[in-house]
Amino acid sequence: MSCIKCGLCLSSCPTFQQTGLERESPRGRVQLIASVAQGVMPLTQGPLADTMFSCLDCRACEVACPSGVPIGRLIEKGRAEVVHLSRRQAAQTPGEQATRLALQSLIPYPRRLRTLGRLVRWSQRTGLAHWSRHLKFLPEGLRGYAGSLRRLPSRTGREMLAADPSPVPAPGSPRVDLFLGCVMDVVFGEANLATKRVLERNGCAVSAPLGQVCCGALAVHAGDRDGARALARTNIDTFLQSDPAYIATNAGGCGAALLEYPEWFADDPVYRARAERFAERVRDASQIVETVGFRPPAGRFPHTVTYQASCHLHNVMKVGDTPQRLLQSIAGLIYRPMADMARCCGSAGIYNLTHPAMSAQLLARKMADIPPEADIVVTGNPGCWLQLEHGAATSGPPVRVMHVMEVLAEAYRSEPSAGQSES
Amino acid sequence: MDKSSWPTPDAMRTALAEIVGVEHVLTHIEERALYAYDATIRRTVPDIVVRPHSTGEISRVLDYANRQAIFVYPRGSATGLSGGSVPLNGGIALDLTRMNRILEINREDLYARVQAGVIVATFARAVADANLFFPPDPSSAPAATMGGSLAENAGGPHAFKYGVFRDYTLGLTVVLADGKIVRTGGTTVKNVSGYDLTRLFVGSEGTLGVIAEAVIRLIPKPETQRTLLAVYEDLHQAADTVSRIIAAGMQPAALEFIDDASIRVVESFLHLGLPLDAAALLLIEVDGPEMVVAEQAQTIAAFCRQHGAREVTIAATAAESARLWQARKSISSAVARIKPSKIAEDATVPRSRIPEMVRRLKAIAAKYAVDLVIFGHIGDGNLHPNIMCDERNPEEMARVWQTVAEIFDVTLELGGTLTGEHGVGYMKAPFMPWEHDETALDAMRRLKHVFDPQNILNPGKVFPEAAPPWPISLAPWNRKRRAPDD
Repeated sequence: MSCIKCGLCLSSCPTFQQTGLERESPRGRVQLIASVAQGVMPLTQGPLADTMFSCLDCRACEVACPSGVPIGRLIEKGRAEVVHLSRRQAAQTPGEQATRLALQSLIPYPRRLRTLGRLVRWSQRTGLAHWSRHLKFLPEGLRGYAGSLRRLPSRTGREMLAADPSPVPAPGSPRVDLFLGCVMDVVFGEANLATKRVLERNGCAVSAPLGQVCCGALAVHAGDRDGARALARTNIDTFLQSDPAYIATNAGGCGAALLEYPEWFADDPVYRARAERFAERVRDASQIVETVGFRPPAGRFPHTVTYQASCHLHNVMKVGDTPQRLLQSIAGLIYRPMADMARCCGSAGIYNLTHPAMSAQLLARKMADIPPEADIVVTGNPGCWLQLEHGAATSGPPVRVMHVMEVLAEAYRSEPSAGQSES
Repeated sequence: MDKSSWPTPDAMRTALAEIVGVEHVLTHIEERALYAYDATIRRTVPDIVVRPHSTGEISRVLDYANRQAIFVYPRGSATGLSGGSVPLNGGIALDLTRMNRILEINREDLYARVQAGVIVATFARAVADANLFFPPDPSSAPAATMGGSLAENAGGPHAFKYGVFRDYTLGLTVVLADGKIVRTGGTTVKNVSGYDLTRLFVGSEGTLGVIAEAVIRLIPKPETQRTLLAVYEDLHQAADTVSRIIAAGMQPAALEFIDDASIRVVESFLHLGLPLDAAALLLIEVDGPEMVVAEQAQTIAAFCRQHGAREVTIAATAAESARLWQARKSISSAVARIKPSKIAEDATVPRSRIPEMVRRLKAIAAKYAVDLVIFGHIGDGNLHPNIMCDERNPEEMARVWQTVAEIFDVTLELGGTLTGEHGVGYMKAPFMPWEHDETALDAMRRLKHVFDPQNILNPGKVFPEAAPPWPISLAPWNRKRRAPDD
């Protein structure tokens, strides 16, 4: 699929909306990548390299592109080229080095992440986190977020799941394996617990295979394709061995990456086929709930709720209206749509840390789009969640941010008594 | 074309940064390279990109350029299909997209004032929010600017009933080549004082002046619309139906044609469940008062069935109708799923010649063995034969260039024009002598000289002697062409 420069992607791109610059547009980025690929232009550390990384990777352009240009994949490959170049030239900024260190030594190891989570929790209890905004040696983006980060739970989702008794599944129940994620499990462990409970209430037999690791999305976005593939192989092996009917995710960013594993292994004779077998079972938890036959909760959730789509949930996993439909089925819940709800909130993985200025502009627009009567914003991705909580804590409006699965779990929990949900 | 006297890039940058601010002047090759293209296939990198914010800034940029005799290529979002904004000879790419304010929507006097860089779809939405209607609706509207659409005199499906950009332009603010600012027309529909400079500048493709602001005529919003989709197993029956609808005196708001290849590409993009086995679709919109529209839709549906439509559906909801229109408006881009390059034509013939035009297009495609996709505004005779090709394949491209020449030849033979709404640009300039005799072309040249004596504005466009030569010899067609007054 080739770009014919029609420009229909322009208005979909948040960075182009903010700057009006061709280099900050999908069309411009694709042209730069093509120029380098065709040898018309050398790869340098100039605007070209910058714009590979100023892309949010939100994929709104792919939905807008009638020609079907795989823009996200082109940009991820472009990033890998730039990273390769900067390693050759050994001209990495401290930020790039820190990112690389985190990607190679932290993200792949769930236990180290848990330890980091404990460290952050300790810093929050001691007030160090609040104070850290004044630490000038920390990157600007990180300083801004440290103060607004929610209190981390004392246990990870994985630990909560292990302690949560499951009902005995009915014969023939679809087996669903839960993909836990890294940030989701450390920061929003309750959402993983809620996802398990909601799936169980809808007749699934849920487990969370040990041995699963980070999906690799952050590594791919940072241009580290080899590191991402190593993580993907571990996940493919783990889940194919478990052999569930569905692999459930509750994080749009992770789900999109899992769906794209076959592309990551396009040139790998062994893992290409395995990745396809893996990816065809991947669904967002909301999609699974609808597929297996949704049993709406009998309990009430008396709040005014709006929904902000995670870009990857919307543009790559293509969940469409499913989360909104589930929310609207809940008694007592008043649903208010958010204008332009699929526009990126500026979180975009670690974009809010690497590009704080652009991220702040997009967050301000997003917060302004929250309907004034809403007291809760529902989302489906940990990055958006952190970003929206940051917005609520700093600029306001002071909304509460929740996951779709949490809202559903709450409504199930407030049922008059167990077993009356089917009517 | 003497570029040797131009200031150095550094000197240009300094002078222009003083006018628009240094952050609005782009000089790095990796940035300039992105102002080399529009939606045609030729790419030329400008020496510098300048992004003014006001009419005054445009005026000062042009004053500087004119004194230094530097070429200026005005541009909006560069979505053009004739090459109107491509900086063929280098110089300044004048990006007007920062001028993106809607200055006024006047509901009493039914006009709006806009800056050149306002996006067409954004403007149309703002007008609709004021309960008024701006009918021109090119497929590029989500990206294209008002300024670019005025410069090319763009159209769209609604042109069938409502006309094109020129028909909605009451007045303009234009910066002339020497930087002087001229205001034409006014805010009234009736205005006959002096020469109609407004209508001269609209469609002048940036060769006579730079459109900075426009006064746009608005009309009351029709009460309601209906969209019909008629499915045909024979594309000639579809074309025939159109002639008969017009002959019967019916006037839909839009009357669009979609051929089989277009159906397939757009279905693979949107997955709407369009009939993949059909030879052609007609997409028809009727608008007006509810009672009239409901009846008209039924009448046209029956009419289509009588003339060979296998199936006619009327969209039940506004959302369904919007999806059908999204499909139609995606075709021009979705065709890139067939082959990587496209040559988009918009040859236009009198309405009664449409069935013959469709037959001739099919015959030309077969003769030169090219991938031809046909869709477009069949109701006003403005079809879009798109030739899908691979620009890296010289043998194929030779056949493509022959195909284009032959399409123009047939179009003119049928009493039509080279371009209905895309503009001449560089793509059609070599063919201008086929449509216009030397006297007409010379009148245009003299006009150009009055407004731009140094020829700094968008050189290489419109006039055959200035444009890049056609890649193949046009001798075979020239020989058999008749003189215009035969």
